[in-house]
Amino acid sequence: MDEAGIGIWGVPLAIFAGAIRVSTPFIFVSLGESITERSGRINLGLEGTLVFGAMTAYAIAVMSNSPWLGVFAAMATGAVFGLIHGFICKFPKVNDIAIGIAMMQFGLGLAFFLGKPFIQPVAPHLPSIPLGGWSDLPQIQSALNINVLFIIGGLLSVMLWWAFKNTRVGLVLRVVGDSSDAARAMGLNPDSVRLLATAVGGSLAAVGGAYLSLFYPGSWNEGISSGQGLMAVALVIFARWNPIGCFLAALLFGGAGALGPALQSVGVTQGYYLFYAAPYVLTLVILVATSSPTRSLAGAPGALSITK
Amino acid sequence: MIQIRDTPLPRAGKAVGIQTVGMTMHFGSFTALDNVSIDIPAGTFHALLGENGAGKSTLVKCIMGFYHQTSGSLSVDGHEVSVQSPKDAATYGLGMVYQQFTLVPSLTGAENLVINRAHVPAIINWAKERKDLATFMERMPFKIPLDRSVSELAAGEKQKLEIVKQLYLGRSFLILDEPTSVLTPAEADEMLGLVRGMTERGELTVLMISHKFHEVTKFADAVTVLRRGKMAGSGLVKDLSTKDMASMMIGDVKLAELDTRLPVPADAKPILVISDIKAPDRTGLKMIDIGNLTVHAGEIVGIAGISGNGQKELAEVLAGQRPPEAGSITVKGLLYGATRQETRINNVRFIPEEPLNNACAPKMTVTENLAFRTFDVKKQGGDALWLDMKSMRKRAASLISDFKVKTASHSSPIASLSGGNVQRAVLARELTGDVDLLIVSNPCFGLDFSAVAEIRARIMRARNSGTAVLLLSEDLDELLEMSDRIMVMSDGKLVYETPALSADIGVIGAHMAGHH
Repeated sequence: MDEAGIGIWGVPLAIFAGAIRVSTPFIFVSLGESITERSGRINLGLEGTLVFGAMTAYAIAVMSNSPWLGVFAAMATGAVFGLIHGFICKFPKVNDIAIGIAMMQFGLGLAFFLGKPFIQPVAPHLPSIPLGGWSDLPQIQSALNINVLFIIGGLLSVMLWWAFKNTRVGLVLRVVGDSSDAARAMGLNPDSVRLLATAVGGSLAAVGGAYLSLFYPGSWNEGISSGQGLMAVALVIFARWNPIGCFLAALLFGGAGALGPALQSVGVTQGYYLFYAAPYVLTLVILVATSSPTRSLAGAPGALSITK
Repeated sequence: MIQIRDTPLPRAGKAVGIQTVGMTMHFGSFTALDNVSIDIPAGTFHALLGENGAGKSTLVKCIMGFYHQTSGSLSVDGHEVSVQSPKDAATYGLGMVYQQFTLVPSLTGAENLVINRAHVPAIINWAKERKDLATFMERMPFKIPLDRSVSELAAGEKQKLEIVKQLYLGRSFLILDEPTSVLTPAEADEMLGLVRGMTERGELTVLMISHKFHEVTKFADAVTVLRRGKMAGSGLVKDLSTKDMASMMIGDVKLAELDTRLPVPADAKPILVISDIKAPDRTGLKMIDIGNLTVHAGEIVGIAGISGNGQKELAEVLAGQRPPEAGSITVKGLLYGATRQETRINNVRFIPEEPLNNACAPKMTVTENLAFRTFDVKKQGGDALWLDMKSMRKRAASLISDFKVKTASHSSPIASLSGGNVQRAVLARELTGDVDLLIVSNPCFGLDFSAVAEIRARIMRARNSGTAVLLLSEDLDELLEMSDRIMVMSDGKLVYETPALSADIGVIGAHMAGHH
């Protein structure tokens, strides 16, 4: 038996592999959302963008036989979704959260409608990098078979963290997100900045979708997302709008999510369904533990509609 | 759009002079500014006086390009210019320090300075910027921690940073809108002295909006007084007395006078007793620690201190906004936890600083805001289930006229009122009915002269009728005028106490600055 080769070590290994596998879409959606929220706007529609991105990526990959073309097509459609959200929110008395929910439903519906013909065909998968060649154990080799998007996501989070502090674009984004008045006094147009930030956020969220349909689980159907787009929005708040925090939170979330299947694989048969709830319980516990009634949420962009 | 400049670019460190000719601004049928012409030569310090609504901010907003004047023109260094936006104003070297802070709270001081530059490099080399900033800050008399985020700075530090920002941007004409309202007397003198020095060296021209005559006489060269949008007078400061300026400013309106101070009876009952209160401050790093503070009936106890030394936290503890970690507060002998019921039984009233945010629901109407203390009790006593809109309106109407709250209508949102009128409305709500304990925090911050006089008179009247008043203020003149006893708060502790009559400003100032 394969499992017997490493015995109980299968659990942490499975959690590690699961963390990487499950976390990738969370990484992209939460990085995208952190950009959008840092500009002072919340895009709750990312769930719709994610599913639409999954569909687009899959469809284009099927037609062109190139998974990367699929990813880029998904980014383009994600940006369009972001632009629509940003454009509508520009008008006075429009609530970004309500528009986000509408955009989510719109994205889901449109993806299912356009995606019907692509449920059957098989698309090429995104590549992964085998980093486990040094080991003889197949379990370790498969666990260290790391997908390219995860690595890109990790690099992107460090880059964004750096960019928020060290680039003009990053500072402008934070200024707009923190104080619309200060931004206007500086001659910046908060609406344009937010429009672009929402578009970039949408395109990153769509990459998360492309991962779902082109890598893991690696097929297109209507049940492809289990709320990653929505949970990622919560992850951003959990990570206090810090891109590296988003990356770590996504990993933690992914690892907790892999706990159930991992226990199942080593033969725990009783109550492992309970462990499927682990990510959500963990999120609640950490949020409660790190919050304080006397301090306001550190790092929250001041112009967000939830903090105003 | 390509901007074709009609004057040469200002050189940093070389003052420019400005002139307005016949500035007029209509808002609909309302004339906010009526044919105002002022001349501010390069390298002078000009003061702009006037009451709330006199047109001061309209005038400076026209100069800065926020408003486009209905008629009239602006010249910079003798050339007529068209300023369509604050950005245009910046290209002519015109800058402004606002009363409301325009710093971005979550950014650090250094980030705030750099991002405001006209040309920010795409990638910011922080090592180099920090070095440049350090060199720049050496020329500034203020010591501001540039590495901390602005939200952690005290009001006084923010105000200094605002001024530093304009100088950093190389502005050569600066409008200061009540720049010293959050500074201690010594800080204010130091700051204005520096600015004055820069004007004397011809590096800067200043137009300062102020209500403090002693600042105007001490630092300004010339003064312009506005009243109801018109020019009420102008001239060199050395030719005008304070009295002349005051009469130009308020016309023939009589200022509210303080009631004669009744002596505090020897057997006055202690109303508020604070003992050994400990609470974390807003950074969570330091504690405030109030050993013993007693306020008797019919007495005003003033708390002096530089902003950020724990006065705000003390006020929050008393308002129930910040739970203390240890110690007790009693009001009239009963333990007090600032619940609605306790405040009602003990007749405790509260006028916090920034009343629009701390004591009002900004988007609710004036009528509703005025009913916050009473809407849930029936006239005969007992809890009300339904709102009695009719009596709420009646009560609001009488309070509005009693306290001279200027509002377009009783059902306007309270946020649409000017600062002075919000303050009056809150005062109306808090001072009506029986008041045994009144806690007031910076009640006159940013208000004009007649509003200040009236609010102080109201508080004094409450004191004389037996209310115990705890007055937290950053304005030492106010404390000296109002208080019976003054205590100084420094670094979260009460470090000094003196009767106001025999108070020595120097000693108080030394304790405020931490020398004790």
